[in-house]
Amino acid sequence: MVRSITVTVNGERRSAEVEPRLLLVHLVRERFRLTGTHIGCDTSHCGACTILLDGTPVKSCTVLAVQADLRQLTTVEALAAGGALHPIQEGFRQEHGLQCGFCTPGMMLTSFALLQDKPDPTEEEIRWAISGNICRCTGYMNIVKSVRYAAARMRQQAAAPVGASVRS
Amino acid sequence: MLPAPFDYAAPQTLDEVLTLLDDRAEDAKVLAGGQSLIPLLKLRFASPALLIDLNRVPGLDTLDEPDGILRIGPLFRHKAAERSSVLRARYPLMAEAAPQIADPIIRNLGTIAGSIAHADPSGDWGSVMLAMNAEFVLRSTGKTRTVKAADFFTGPFGTVLEANEMLAEIRIPAAPAKPGAAYLKLERKVGDFATVGVAVQLAMDDGTVRAAGIGLTAVGPQNIKATRAEQVLNGQRLSDAVIKEAAAQAAAQAEPKADQRGSVEYKRNVVRVFTERGLKRAYEQARGGG
Repeated sequence: MVRSITVTVNGERRSAEVEPRLLLVHLVRERFRLTGTHIGCDTSHCGACTILLDGTPVKSCTVLAVQADLRQLTTVEALAAGGALHPIQEGFRQEHGLQCGFCTPGMMLTSFALLQDKPDPTEEEIRWAISGNICRCTGYMNIVKSVRYAAARMRQQAAAPVGASVRS
Repeated sequence: MLPAPFDYAAPQTLDEVLTLLDDRAEDAKVLAGGQSLIPLLKLRFASPALLIDLNRVPGLDTLDEPDGILRIGPLFRHKAAERSSVLRARYPLMAEAAPQIADPIIRNLGTIAGSIAHADPSGDWGSVMLAMNAEFVLRSTGKTRTVKAADFFTGPFGTVLEANEMLAEIRIPAAPAKPGAAYLKLERKVGDFATVGVAVQLAMDDGTVRAAGIGLTAVGPQNIKATRAEQVLNGQRLSDAVIKEAAAQAAAQAEPKADQRGSVEYKRNVVRVFTERGLKRAYEQARGGG
């Protein structure tokens, strides 16, 4: 039984014919070719497949593609829209928030959702927020610094007067 | 990992859900948050022919307190529990357990009712419900019945739910005054299932225990209501000796199995220590000390 679904992916409406058993991560990677979303453990532990569903982080290996019908998906590819790095990406680069990079897309999207909710999170809040995303390289120190960097940069941008340059 | 093929229905009313469930009872599963069911499907521990997705039915993600009873809908998610001011103010055991469920991303989708219907003996909500003397409303086409949490679980992943029934509502009797509560969970890392969990709720009347509720996680074939410990406490003035006796009774009522997380003796001892700590913390809270 194949079903027709329509989702908005990073602002663009896309349709697909899917079997109900198709997982959201496969829809994103294999049908839409958005391979920034990674498959890690495939058992909902590691968070490498984290994407935003209507703005909320979910583990896309543990959601069915049909469940996303008529909903909004945001993947890591949306962060650098327009070619410029998002402050979160800038943070991960400046603070060496990645080594192998496998967990990074999920880490950044979870951080993105955190910063929407709490623009100035404490270190503890950051650590709890990313506790569903596993990194096997960094020991998390630099990831936390990256998120703090991004938070500061985003607050700075939000405070900048309209028309002022927000990128240094 | 890909689940075995199944049909998928996403009805827009609860009646349609129940009709479908009735028609296809033997080979259908209800999908709420999916955070336990989808992994089961992927591992092919479950391979229903039909998934009935509740997520398109409006109005199921509710938490209301209309008539002295807290009513929780089948799509009320862990995250909503974590953020609920009603739970924080009046049902502190739920507020304390919520942020200890799985990890933050799982909590965005997972539901309390789904977790209870899944009936994993390592699940946290079962113990919380046992401690709070919750009741579950089970619905099928043309029939509604209410079952006490203590009568709901029948063994590992087993409940009294009939194949054509769904857990439609959780009901928790309102506490007359704010009770004291604690959920203590030993886990190897964030997101892991409990090695041992103990849920404690205490309603006090001056220094006397009006009603004690204690639920045990991951130390038996199902979540256990520590009734013998509750009996030791009810109607007593709370002293160190009474707390010690209750903790000993809770440990005795636990039925842990040895596994990679610990031996029988170890887990039983954690039940004892957690019950003692939980009671002390709950008592302080109930007295208004925190």
